[in-house]
Amino acid sequence: MSGEAFVREILLDPKAAPRVSVGVLGWLRANLFSSWLNSALTLVSLYLIIAFLVQTLPWILQSSWTANSLNECREAIAQRYGEGTHGACWAVIRERYLQLFYGFYPSDSYWRPNLTLLLMFVALSPILFTSVPRKMLWFSGVYPFLAFWLLWGGSVWLPVAIIAGIALGYFAVVKGTEQFGFLAGFICGAIVILLWMLFAVLPVANLIHGLIPIGLTQVESARFGGFMLSTTIGITGIACSLPLGILLALGRKSDLLIVKSLCVGFIEFIRGVPLITLLFVASTLLNIFLPPGTNFDIVLRVVIMVTLFSAAYIAEVIRGGLAGLSRGQYEAADSLGLDYWKSMRLIILPQALKISIPGIVSTFIGLFKDTTLVSIIGLLDPLGLTNSIRADAAWNGVVWELYTFVAVLFFIFCFAMSRYSMYLERKLQTDNR
Amino acid sequence: MTAIVDQAQSFKIGMLLYDTRYRAMTIQIVALMGFMLLIAWLISNTAQNLATLGKGVNFSFLGQAASYDINQILIEYTSRSSHLRAAFVGLLNTLLVASLGCVLATILGIVIGVLRLSRNWLVARLMTIYIEGVRNVPVLLWIVFIMAILIETLPKPAAFRGENPDATMILSDSVALTNRGVYIPEPLFHNSLGNLNVFGAFGISIDLLALVAVLAAGIWASIRVKSRADKLQEEKGVRPTTWHIRTALIVIPPVVLLAILGFHLGRPELKGFNFSGGIHMRNSLIALWFALSLYTAAFIAEIVRAGILAISKGQTEAAYSLGLRPNRTMSLVILPQALRVIIPPLISQFLNLTKNSSLAIAVGYMDLTGTLGGITLNQTGRELECILLLMLVYLGISLGISAVMNWYNNMVKLKER
Repeated sequence: MSGEAFVREILLDPKAAPRVSVGVLGWLRANLFSSWLNSALTLVSLYLIIAFLVQTLPWILQSSWTANSLNECREAIAQRYGEGTHGACWAVIRERYLQLFYGFYPSDSYWRPNLTLLLMFVALSPILFTSVPRKMLWFSGVYPFLAFWLLWGGSVWLPVAIIAGIALGYFAVVKGTEQFGFLAGFICGAIVILLWMLFAVLPVANLIHGLIPIGLTQVESARFGGFMLSTTIGITGIACSLPLGILLALGRKSDLLIVKSLCVGFIEFIRGVPLITLLFVASTLLNIFLPPGTNFDIVLRVVIMVTLFSAAYIAEVIRGGLAGLSRGQYEAADSLGLDYWKSMRLIILPQALKISIPGIVSTFIGLFKDTTLVSIIGLLDPLGLTNSIRADAAWNGVVWELYTFVAVLFFIFCFAMSRYSMYLERKLQTDNR
Repeated sequence: MTAIVDQAQSFKIGMLLYDTRYRAMTIQIVALMGFMLLIAWLISNTAQNLATLGKGVNFSFLGQAASYDINQILIEYTSRSSHLRAAFVGLLNTLLVASLGCVLATILGIVIGVLRLSRNWLVARLMTIYIEGVRNVPVLLWIVFIMAILIETLPKPAAFRGENPDATMILSDSVALTNRGVYIPEPLFHNSLGNLNVFGAFGISIDLLALVAVLAAGIWASIRVKSRADKLQEEKGVRPTTWHIRTALIVIPPVVLLAILGFHLGRPELKGFNFSGGIHMRNSLIALWFALSLYTAAFIAEIVRAGILAISKGQTEAAYSLGLRPNRTMSLVILPQALRVIIPPLISQFLNLTKNSSLAIAVGYMDLTGTLGGITLNQTGRELECILLLMLVYLGISLGISAVMNWYNNMVKLKER
């Protein structure tokens, strides 16, 4: 008699997983309390979060939005939430947000910076998105002059005359090349542009303006301020430093000894000194370096220094990108018989720039954040404006509200930029390295 | 023969541009000439402008009395000291805040970077929020923000007075946090060796020098013991236990020296309306130090994280399969490789921190920018000289740090091919 073997013939229903390893409980165990150390860390973090919220939330929420001075604010808060409540006085933001955005720009002309910003996106679209018609690039080319005219105002004929000079120079290059070859044509064009800029631009602009006066009210740089100033300096700096940075990076990689040492010297010098010293140069020294009697605008001087500063950093980022390409790419370009500029433009730079995008964007973010430094040389960027708002008797003593507002706006801008660069990186990834 | 002569003679001006043999030379000469013309133009403009202003380039102002006070000083300084000395005090202050900042930023950065990789969901999220929140806001804003926190929320020195004070000192009555700064105990010696006078310019405490020397000697001896142990292990396969000897070599000599010198702490005490005794760290120093450290720590954390992620999992697995325990895997396999990735960007963050310390001027900390580039410049009106000196000093610091970086890079470079 053999023992009857027990063989199960029907499949049992699967048991539910233990209660502690599924659902909310399981998630908590796996992610927050997986070991003693983790549990301790979780508890400490929870404590920190709660302590922070307990400190700040009542201050943020028990606030006043409608007062006209700090004292009114405090009274309103004491009335509503009881004596001794510390609440935020957001009323200062409500009253002064336009100033924080536009500085002392004339309020009937706010549409000008707004339109400039809007048009910037239009001008950028053909560069950022390949699906936009190529004809739009013309607008991108004209945009810098248009932006300058919209922001600073004055006669429309000045930027038009400058554009005309560039067109004239281009015409001279084309004609000269046809007649005498490339070199002579190039020199011809350079001379034409130089002569036009030095001697003809102002008289021509004034003459036409005398005949057909079209223009906007002029706005001096001293009235620029707030985020408008930051973005003006930041975006102009970014736009100008990218091409300069590419040239410097190519110069640094070049075989030509003198060109290379000039570029290395420039890059290392700029990277070795703090931006604030360059801004001191802009505010006190730049006029000494230029021909006697030149006295151009402080915003322009700052933009020049900021551009030089960030160009050196961009150059190093792009040098990293160039070094990241395999040698085969350079050799392939040479073996196709492309000359230096063609091989750079068609083969090397597109790939090198693609790898350098994260670095370039973080340099741009750094540049935008560094625009706050202009408050030290007396320009009214958002940080400088917080001081001048406090100088008003009604708002003397307001600190946290203003700093928080400025910090949040900077955060939004910089964070958005960094996320966009991640998106761009993913979009351009071709996985061939 | 004639054909060759013809070719040699038929040199045309166009060949300078179109012939690759000459083109490089042409471009370089044109670039050099352009550069020299630019420099000459700038110098002639400057000379002309300075002549109009009636100023020459003259550094003699550095010897004149500065006649302004500096509140945070590391070496002796009075308002009768020269501008040069003021600049030197500023330089020391820059180096002080930079080194304090580098140490704190490194510690915070490593902790935050490692915690961001933690498997704990909450901690990792919290660290991400910290990093993104801190580095997307300008450092200048952090500096003034922390300065405002110190001034607005800490008690006045007067609050420490009376039977029932509103505020008390912390750490068993040795540290006072006030809105005028932080007072910490100072090291004092009963049998001090006095000061060593360097070039008759400033004194360095001999006690400090002796302490550093003894500590260095201890570390050197400890390294010798370690290398001897390594050698024995190579020869006999058995490693002698050395950790207690090594610890003793590092710890005991300084302790003995401190005992001989009669080391004790001088606590800050409330006298009248303010504290006296102890070391007074001004709010400006603390705000600058914390802001720079917190800001740079966010960047260092990302560098540390990237460095750890850069080491492939295979390395850990290979080390385990060789039978290495986790801590030896970390110290022998992962860290040496991760450090190669981490150190170069880390040093460039130190460089950034040092350069950012020039923002001290926003909170009134008298660093090099505040003295030489600030008050000295405004008092003497010597913009050109002051800014030139300022840039040269910063350039010197930066080049020094990059030299260290290059030396390190060459040392740890993978020796390939």
